[in-house]
Amino acid sequence: MMTTSAPSDSSRPSLFQRFKSRRLGRWLVIMVPMLWLAAFFFIPFLVVFKISLSEAMIAIPPYSPLFEWDPDSAFATLKVTFGNYLFLFESRFYLDAYLSSLRIAAISTFFTLIIGFPIAYLIARSGPTMRTVLLSLVILPFWTSFLLRVYAWMALLKKNGLVNEVLMSIGLIDQPLQILQTDFAVYLGIVYTYLPFMILPLYTTLEKMDLSLIEAAQDLGAKPWRAFCLVTLPLAKPGIIAGCMLVFIPAVGEYVIPALLGGSDTLMIGRVLWDEFFLNRDWPLASAVAIVMLIVLVGPIMFMRNGNKEGL
Amino acid sequence: MIKGNSWTLKLSAGFGFLFLYAPIIALIVYSFNKSQLVTVWGGWSLKWYGELFQNEQIMNAAWVSLKIALISATLAAVLGTIAGFVLSRMRKFRGKTILSGWVTAPLVMPEVITGLSLLLLFVALENMFGWPAGRGTMTIVIAHTTFCLAYVAVVVQSRLASLDETLEEAAMDLGAKPTSLFFLITLPLIAPAILSGWLLSFTLSLDDLVIASFVSGPGNSTLPMVIFSKVRLGVTPEINALATLMILAVSIAVIAAIVIMRRQNRFQGP
Repeated sequence: MMTTSAPSDSSRPSLFQRFKSRRLGRWLVIMVPMLWLAAFFFIPFLVVFKISLSEAMIAIPPYSPLFEWDPDSAFATLKVTFGNYLFLFESRFYLDAYLSSLRIAAISTFFTLIIGFPIAYLIARSGPTMRTVLLSLVILPFWTSFLLRVYAWMALLKKNGLVNEVLMSIGLIDQPLQILQTDFAVYLGIVYTYLPFMILPLYTTLEKMDLSLIEAAQDLGAKPWRAFCLVTLPLAKPGIIAGCMLVFIPAVGEYVIPALLGGSDTLMIGRVLWDEFFLNRDWPLASAVAIVMLIVLVGPIMFMRNGNKEGL
Repeated sequence: MIKGNSWTLKLSAGFGFLFLYAPIIALIVYSFNKSQLVTVWGGWSLKWYGELFQNEQIMNAAWVSLKIALISATLAAVLGTIAGFVLSRMRKFRGKTILSGWVTAPLVMPEVITGLSLLLLFVALENMFGWPAGRGTMTIVIAHTTFCLAYVAVVVQSRLASLDETLEEAAMDLGAKPTSLFFLITLPLIAPAILSGWLLSFTLSLDDLVIASFVSGPGNSTLPMVIFSKVRLGVTPEINALATLMILAVSIAVIAAIVIMRRQNRFQGP
């Protein structure tokens, strides 16, 4: 996707050969984003890893130093503890939190796909004007505040909120349901806020799809549903993968949605990390939680990048 | 399901759009509710908008957030453009894979991890070098620039990928130096992408709660932090009014951007 073919005329030096002659300038340009991202994206992970190996203590900052300098013997001793990691694996609570985050993220991703696919499909198959209008309708919520969109659901799902009022007025229920502060509300919140992230990559692949392939399948006697399963779905695979990963990965570490819509028993690892850090002030344990979460997510992230290379 | 846009498809997509918009519309309608009880309709009123503008805490936080969003979006636009340009226009160099990984990963990285890691970095740096002294606007700007940079880079990269390189090559053949080539040819061509990257960064920065909570210092509450602390305690009518104003501003900006882009496309041809 990033490779560009050099011009075939060999007498003419290509763009890149000319850049080559200006090595220094080139490296300076490369180094600017490289250094920034190294300093503020990559190195921070090393710091998190380092602190996850130290012990929590009451100090500023609240963790033990990794090296202890002994002035008498002039030896520095390395103090590494894996206690935080052991604690994570021994305690049922953290394991449950990881599993429950993965489960919530997976189920929400599935429903985002189910709801997003028809929308993306309809947009891809609309005429140019309709397409712009529908696409804008998808993009607009994507640009509005995430926090406020989660908040909008709080008002709807409350005991005396709109959803309960409507359900009661049409006689489906006699008493208001407890919807807010349940896992269901968390699913709803994730599906709602991440829907545009699913629709946009799906739309990109569906838009490029050759419709004559489906016609061919139908001409050969495939029923519409069968043609959809055998032709449309496989062709949409890159978009499905990209969309699912864009929803799944951030959803695993989601904090705002379980904090506002979930109940006190809604276990999600992002929330556990937050509480460990802000409430218990156990920085090393919070770091260990983050490192394990990263390890869990490395697989999906790699999967997404490979999918991108193949598909988009 | 396949031939034409059948009614099943239209119906399910219609439900999808209803799902996307119903909560926003409900929020807007209730912001004009006179009653203190958010869910009981007490007639139309602009009362909560008045209260909103008198709430000093919210107004201060809004100012802090706007400042941070302006600076980080601009920094992110510059750095992200360079990153996008390097990734799509420069011949393979050592570290290209790493750079492209560092550019895409922040897009999906859970915010709690980004926030925690940046805070721990700032604390470690302060211990070692005495910089940054304490946390506040600057640390939030650095954090926001870092994750917004990734969005700008991706937008710029995809714009560059769709651009015909012959224009740039022609300029080179006519003897343009790399710098003048970039500023005279490439930059004007990718300007719309940079602008939309800037706008995206601006709204992302304005909206971020989690990362800002980690890296902000005392007395530097951003607007989402104030909203979150209020909203945690329940639904408040003032926040409804604030939300309506923000949604209105964003809608106008997005619609304007789409109209401008369409005009430009028509002008430039398909």
